Amino acid sequence: MQVLYGRHHVRVYRFGLRLVRDEQAAEDLISEVFLDVWRQAGKFEGRSAVSTWLLAITRFKALSALRRRKDVGLDDEAANAIEDSSDDPEIAVQKKDTSEALRECLTGLSPDHREIVDLVYYHEKSVEEVAEIVGIPENTVKTRLFYARKKLAELLKAAGVERGWP
Amino acid sequence: MMALSKKMLEQEPSEIELLLPWHAAGTLNTRDARRVEEALARDPALAKQYAAIRGEYEETIHLNESLGAPSARAMQKLFAAIDAEPARPVGSLPLSARIATFFSSLSPRTLAWSASLGAIALLLQAGIIGAVLMKTQPATFETASLSVGAPITRELGAPPARALVRFTPEARVADITALLDSYQASIIGDAKGGMFRLQFDKAMGRDELASLLGRMSREKFVNLAVAAP
Repeated sequence: MQVLYGRHHVRVYRFGLRLVRDEQAAEDLISEVFLDVWRQAGKFEGRSAVSTWLLAITRFKALSALRRRKDVGLDDEAANAIEDSSDDPEIAVQKKDTSEALRECLTGLSPDHREIVDLVYYHEKSVEEVAEIVGIPENTVKTRLFYARKKLAELLKAAGVERGWP
Repeated sequence: MMALSKKMLEQEPSEIELLLPWHAAGTLNTRDARRVEEALARDPALAKQYAAIRGEYEETIHLNESLGAPSARAMQKLFAAIDAEPARPVGSLPLSARIATFFSSLSPRTLAWSASLGAIALLLQAGIIGAVLMKTQPATFETASLSVGAPITRELGAPPARALVRFTPEARVADITALLDSYQASIIGDAKGGMFRLQFDKAMGRDELASLLGRMSREKFVNLAVAAP
């Protein structure tokens, strides 16, 4: 378990943190995830990479944790529709650095879009693996990322950053 | 903005266009990667879009890397929870076999970015192997000539020194790994009450161990270090 934890805990933590947006909650989350793994190790059938399995568990637990949050009191659909107001893309207008503006806008994406961007770019998951983690068809994975990127382009344009696409 | 949104909604992405992010991340199969490369070579607009994707890809990595790592609290909580788990029934496979099966399926690709994680893994692996061996094999051997009665055993030299250590909540895995390395010690047991069981790579006298643990207690990331009972 120490080996598994040592190898994966940072990425699991970062994925969880991007979903729950609270460091304490993300730390609690990874403890729960690896405890589940400890309990279910015998059930792992090796059909997917361990990291894919871990991220799928993390996602499930993060969404459950978000639902449990008493101070939020939102249903899943409403939570997913929310864009982070603290990351108003207009702030990025003042940023001189395009990279910084891009990071601001990446943070400002909806949870669904943020999640798929992270899984593909940072966690280097294939179309099939993302489909398995998120629980959606492969074609939906492709189009969701496409529209996430379009939304990102919109946010960047609103922030005064032109990248030549779309 | 509205005009942009309308225009974007009107555009149906091509199949190749949809695959560009995975091409940037290097996760396409050979066939699809070749198709994308060919399309990029003949379509300047697609190449322009791909350049934008490369930027998104790099900034997403920077953004995630800036999130830091969890504190040692998460690890302590995990192993305390594992300790609190009820004893497992004897299953079809021994623990060592299940661990071996489990780890054999690990994907190495995602580890390539960080050599340091590999080093941590190796060190921690030594710890778990040590723990498994100590659980399953006594540190003594039984003589072959003995047929009945209590086994006659012989100690295999003085056992390596052991200690119980509690790390500070701020300690990260990298800090703990560096500390273990500098003391030539390995974690051999789960955390109980936040304490980890450590084993040094050699036997030590009482005074030598006490002196070493005193030094260890003064380390930045150590709360407590005492000799193991």
